Amino acid sequence: MALLEVKDLEVEFPLGRVTLQAIRKVSFSLERGERLGIVGESGAGKSVAAFSILNLLSRPGRISGGEILFDGDDLSKLDDVEMRHIRGNQISMIFQDPMMTLNPVLTVATQMIECLKAHRKISTKQARDISVSKLKEVMIPSPEERMNSYPHELSGGMRQRVVIAMALLTDPEIIIADEPTTALDVTIQAEIMALMLDLCKSNNVGLILITHDLAVVSQVTEKIMVMYAGRVVEEGATHEVITNPKHPYTRGLLKALPQENTAGSRLNQIRGTMPSLNALPKGCAFNPRCDFASSECSIVVPKLEGDDGHHTACIHREEIPPFKSELGKA
Amino acid sequence: MTGSKNVPLVNILNVEKTFGDGGGFLSTAQPIVNALNNVSLSIEKGDSFCLVGESGCGKSTLARTVIGLHPPSKGEVHYQGTRIDSMSAKERQPFKRKMQMIFQNPYASLNPRMTVAQMLEEPLKIHERGMSKAAIKEKVEEVMVSVGNDPAWRTRYPHEFSGGQRQRISIARALMLDPEFVVADEPISALDVSIQAQVLNVMMDAQEKRNLTYLFITHDLSVVEHFGSKVAVMYLGTVCELADVKKLFDAPRHPYTQALLSAIPKIDGKGVNHIKMSGEVPTAMDLPSGCVFHPRCPYANERCKKEIPILLDNGNTKTSCFAVEEGRI
Repeated sequence: MALLEVKDLEVEFPLGRVTLQAIRKVSFSLERGERLGIVGESGAGKSVAAFSILNLLSRPGRISGGEILFDGDDLSKLDDVEMRHIRGNQISMIFQDPMMTLNPVLTVATQMIECLKAHRKISTKQARDISVSKLKEVMIPSPEERMNSYPHELSGGMRQRVVIAMALLTDPEIIIADEPTTALDVTIQAEIMALMLDLCKSNNVGLILITHDLAVVSQVTEKIMVMYAGRVVEEGATHEVITNPKHPYTRGLLKALPQENTAGSRLNQIRGTMPSLNALPKGCAFNPRCDFASSECSIVVPKLEGDDGHHTACIHREEIPPFKSELGKA
Repeated sequence: MTGSKNVPLVNILNVEKTFGDGGGFLSTAQPIVNALNNVSLSIEKGDSFCLVGESGCGKSTLARTVIGLHPPSKGEVHYQGTRIDSMSAKERQPFKRKMQMIFQNPYASLNPRMTVAQMLEEPLKIHERGMSKAAIKEKVEEVMVSVGNDPAWRTRYPHEFSGGQRQRISIARALMLDPEFVVADEPISALDVSIQAQVLNVMMDAQEKRNLTYLFITHDLSVVEHFGSKVAVMYLGTVCELADVKKLFDAPRHPYTQALLSAIPKIDGKGVNHIKMSGEVPTAMDLPSGCVFHPRCPYANERCKKEIPILLDNGNTKTSCFAVEEGRI
């Protein structure tokens, strides 16, 4: 059985008279040491899906269906106290903006030691030693000195390294990273991604990487899940999905990326915009923006189907011509 | 620069910009930030000139200096041969309508209390005093349609639109006066991938139809490769490499450009494979001596620590680097 197994997850936000369904029947699993990428645009529900694993949904959001099995326990049924033993301990989280994650008025040492002592019965001295060793692991120069720094004294890249070190403190089994490099520059992004990949491999930690950047996902993850309007539209092995995407939305996303061979020409755009959750189109939520849509698409909600673990939620997936692109030719 | 027989549309000569002062009567000394150090560029008509670099390298400051939002501390900005940085606001008025700007965040750059029509009509009311109401309405409609907006949006407010739609409204606003030169400061970085493609397409169409010249600021190198004709790579307020886009991407010469290009994530299944630079970007309040890049440069020697390199032609691109100059790279 997989380490983490999410089955038919449903998340809703009751807002007065209306209830928004943010996540509809989302299922995925993660083996020990496996790296999964969740991709989609703003509003696709990728963060909500990941946040619900640790019960971090902001109110009034709530899990309205499905189960989240971690080591056999259903996380959605745990109370706050039980959840605290898992959250930040066995499953830890890295957020987008390191400046928001770190407390600006406490030193790195205070924050790291506090985190460790909340989960382990150890002395401050021991906690300090572990913290320093983790800072070393994320390649922060002179870690002993950095322990006494305040977040504002560190650069963006260094802050994100501290956040990663904090996520690793308790030797978690899974790290959930929500757009960990979006706030950073490209050169720093490359460094942080290489670091996270190394750390996950060497410690055999599972990673759930949430991002809108297909290139980053293709570099780091083994499995990928593409979300649109609260549903999974395509999933499979990363290389397979990126080189041979079957869902029109995934294809649209890939074709919208500027590439070497597109210089000077018009980019392929997906027409229209992501629908709002309170006005989802009937049938397949993508049908108003889809080039392959037929009248049937606005009636039937497509199921995820396909072979060899490459599943696509599109009733026309067999009829769509193979994806032609220079991507992944190498 | 190529085609130097003509006067370039925009010429930036030895521009320096510092922020903060050394303190004064009753004020504590503020640190001086050297945002731009001796930057010279010339932008030809029809170019899509891209400025790339990481946060804090001065690319936005340069754009704002060109458009006149900051006066330069030293140096000159010329528009079609006329010096514009030292002009009074009144003298500058005719130039303002030729130079327009598109800002990064369409959620902040549109006034939430004005309707689309009010925002788009405002530039005409300021610069085209005698224009009739009907003519204004017609012009607004023409521009709205040209950037792919529905003219029926005119009575609506910014909060009713998505990010991509808002950015198209700000593009429309910049195009209202038929400018010649448009500065776009990270116009797509706040948008989703599929919407980025839409906005880039609108900008490329507008360039074709209206014969625009762009100064396009971005940190996304794949956008530069797609969109730009010329590119300047900036690091700590200094231009370190200047070239035609194709030449730069084929054979980057400056060590910083090489590192920057290697850091672009690519969908080729090769994993993360980038040139590692030692250390971090130093602060612009305390610039390194000599070449600003030397503390992180694998090719740095004694000369790099002492002398400041200037932008020189190396046969393919222009670089400010002693290692390239001396043939060490």
